[in-house]
Amino acid sequence: MADRPGPAAGTAPPRGGAIEAREARLAWGLVLPALATVLLVALFPLAWTVWESLHLHDLRMPWLGRPFVGLGNYAEALGDPRFLQAMGHTLLFTVATVALELGLGLVLALALNRAYRGRGLVRAAVLIPWAIPTVVAALLWRFMFDAEAGIVNAVAMGAGFMDRPFVWFVEAGAAWVPVILSDVWKMTPFVALLLLAGLQNIDASLYEAARIDGASAWRQFRHVTLPLLKPAILVALIFRTLDAFRVFDLIYVLTGGGPGTSTEPIALYTFNSLLQNLRFGYGSALSVLVFLVTFGLALLYIRFLGADLLGGGE
Amino acid sequence: MASVRLEDVHKTYPNGHVAARGLDLSIEDGEFVVLVGPSGCGKSTALRIVAGLETPTEGRVWIGDRDCTEVPAQDRDIAMVFQSYALYPHMTIRDNMGFGLRMRRHDAAQIRERVERVAAALGLEEFLDRKPGQLSGGQRQRVALGRAIVREPQAFLFDEPLSNLDARLRVQTRAELRRMHRRLGATMVYVTHDQEEAMTLGDRVAVLNDGILQQYGAPLDVYRRPANRFVAGFVGSPSMNFFEVELRRGDGGPRLAGDALDRALPPGLAERAGAGPFTLGVRPHDVELSPSPETRDGAPEADARGRVDVVEPLGAATLVHVRLSAAGSTDGPEVRAIVPPERAPAEGAWVDVQVRADGLHLFDQATGRRAG
Amino acid sequence: MNRAARWLPVAVVAALVLATAFPFYWAVVSSLTPEARLFESPSLLPGELVLDHYRALFDERNFWVPIRNSLVVAGTTTLFCVTVGSLCAYALARLRFRFRGLVLGFILAVTMFPQISIVSPLYLLLRAIGLINTYPGLILPYMTFAMPLTVWLLVGFFRQLPAELEEAAMVDGASRMQAFREVILPLALPGLATTGILTFVYSWNEFLFALSFTLGPERQTVPVAIALFRGQYQVPWGQILAAAVVATAPVAALVLAFQRRIVQGLTAGAVKG
Repeated sequence: MADRPGPAAGTAPPRGGAIEAREARLAWGLVLPALATVLLVALFPLAWTVWESLHLHDLRMPWLGRPFVGLGNYAEALGDPRFLQAMGHTLLFTVATVALELGLGLVLALALNRAYRGRGLVRAAVLIPWAIPTVVAALLWRFMFDAEAGIVNAVAMGAGFMDRPFVWFVEAGAAWVPVILSDVWKMTPFVALLLLAGLQNIDASLYEAARIDGASAWRQFRHVTLPLLKPAILVALIFRTLDAFRVFDLIYVLTGGGPGTSTEPIALYTFNSLLQNLRFGYGSALSVLVFLVTFGLALLYIRFLGADLLGGGE
Repeated sequence: MASVRLEDVHKTYPNGHVAARGLDLSIEDGEFVVLVGPSGCGKSTALRIVAGLETPTEGRVWIGDRDCTEVPAQDRDIAMVFQSYALYPHMTIRDNMGFGLRMRRHDAAQIRERVERVAAALGLEEFLDRKPGQLSGGQRQRVALGRAIVREPQAFLFDEPLSNLDARLRVQTRAELRRMHRRLGATMVYVTHDQEEAMTLGDRVAVLNDGILQQYGAPLDVYRRPANRFVAGFVGSPSMNFFEVELRRGDGGPRLAGDALDRALPPGLAERAGAGPFTLGVRPHDVELSPSPETRDGAPEADARGRVDVVEPLGAATLVHVRLSAAGSTDGPEVRAIVPPERAPAEGAWVDVQVRADGLHLFDQATGRRAG
Repeated sequence: MNRAARWLPVAVVAALVLATAFPFYWAVVSSLTPEARLFESPSLLPGELVLDHYRALFDERNFWVPIRNSLVVAGTTTLFCVTVGSLCAYALARLRFRFRGLVLGFILAVTMFPQISIVSPLYLLLRAIGLINTYPGLILPYMTFAMPLTVWLLVGFFRQLPAELEEAAMVDGASRMQAFREVILPLALPGLATTGILTFVYSWNEFLFALSFTLGPERQTVPVAIALFRGQYQVPWGQILAAAVVATAPVAALVLAFQRRIVQGLTAGAVKG
């Protein structure tokens, strides 16, 4: 007892004994395959993208080689009108869809919370739009808004709203309608289910207490529901914002970014720069910019919610 | 069976919380020792360190002759009964009980024989092919016991196994545990926060507080001679009365005075006690009450005087709360007394309070340690 | 007031189901409508119903091929991720080691990666090792989202299991891995199933990587095949919609069968219970 050297009693830091060491070794053995895979296919390419973004690399002009240009690509991007427009489009799409999805989703969640019968079936039914490929959803809506075969025009003309078929995908502003509608159609049920789970976690006795205190339905909503729903709203908000910002599949299939480039989001512009224009250096810079914004938003997420999710389970 | 020893065990968690400070605990082969204390005192930590589920920051753990400090839980050959029983929900009772033997590679016949023998002894034969979810709380508890017994381990560890049972079942199971201990002659280490459980079950009781061992001895020793103020207040129900007093030397001999109480100090105690000031502890069982007239002049002959505040009939005895008065005011400290029901005073009555000479426990006011 | 409060939620939900179902209904009806009538003025109620488009889909366009490709890619991805990911998730959920928080945070962060940011280096990498237009050439990139998703979901499921069960197993003589195999895995089976379903759905629906890393019909997955349908004179809506119906049917079946599990899995990690 006395012959073992060590810090003073009660002040010793956690000792790395044999048992801890073995546990740590086992842990790393279990974690490494998954971690290595992710590092290889995610982190390594990302690093490469950053590297590429600092070079001029145009596959259409291979004789130029791959000279280092520092932040030249980024400078070009910030002055590129098409890039700035793409950012604008992305912002418009994000704000519109997130606002609509959260608003409608909340209404739906509240309704689903009250309607007790057939809940399982309804849940399944509303999950299907979320579960199908975005491509398929886009095609369904493309068809519905088709100038000649589309049901939208048929109904609108039948109801007297228009006398000639309106070509949605050729008018710059109008093309946004099917784009936003299809995303809202696909994702609102998902948001509603997230919020519903949050609603169901609120203790019913809180409403009873509020009712006894004389609170109207609106006040109950404002002072009981909303505050306790905040974590769920935050999760839905951040999931949807990140997804909306990265939108690609939907617009690629629905409008191809058109007419022209009037619905082109930033992910699609990056894609075109890379695989159509073959400007790897420039496209990589755009990729990095997309990544930085997304990651910034993701950090926000970890900041506000991650503390709970990462810390638990000692 | 084997002895269990904790040697100068310290445990500090990564978040800074200190759960154990210098615990030295020696449990003899075949002994039933209870670790008791309030929540957070470190008793569960100490148990888990013996089990191997936690490693001490400092110190060593001995099971039998073996230094097990670096030995992982699965190789320690001890069995544990958890507070929530921790039965494997997806396995039958038979498989639950046989799990440990299977892990240690006993052959199937031997496992079957042992499981059925223990199940019979615990009255669990009819449940062997059911799953834990189909059993009641009491039955599950027996399965948890059976799982431990089947292992024939070097020591049994119990982590508050009775807390989830209702009061009647708890008392019943307590007796069963003592019987089991007698029959198996096993080394048992038992953790509880209930001091009554500790006193009735243990050969020896270890009282812990704030990670430090306060006292370690036979139940009656701990009850009769608590080593410090904490143990005195923790062990025994209803709990001890405490008065802050000073030692006064007058013509009539040494006296203890303070908190509306004034009592002569027996000479033997006076020599051993020291100078004071003291905290005087008196158990309710050692307080005697007698009727007192409304007003009294002159020096009272009783140790203290007061008015009855609340009378609680407990059945075989009655607990009386008395508000002591000093210098005319009735706002002194409260003292509790246990009296026979037929001698219980009425609420509001004036009573004289006497403390039995052998019911005086003196503790140093500064350190809390027993004085004399 | 009370009566309105009672039928209003039901009305809203009914509207939701209608709005959700209508595009599918319309797709199914249109896919069964003969080519000639498709471009006439469409009406809500179907007229004549034919199977021409479906026949063309499978006979002429050989739609079995993309289905097969999707099954192989999504299936392999799911199997690999659930197997390897469950081990990783167990370590992250239960074992104590330095940097655990960091690893968990990193994996969470990777789920936020925009695919577009790594498409070009992955393309060059795959081309360098000759994996363009192959199954591994899709399965490997799919790891970027499938593995973190799997680990993330499984950590949530493992955490829900009481820690005392493993402790009891270890005291009983089981090593960590034995406790994992004998006690944790059987109990986590529902969680593993849900994770598998979700991973499969995400892999099946993936578009960008499948578009970028395949060259032709032999390896294209369902989403890509549908998106690239080309007709001789005009957009072959009939066949596209038939393909959409075919693509939706298995997913719909999965969702209907496992809707409770799916919702649990999605919301467990997201909302604190």
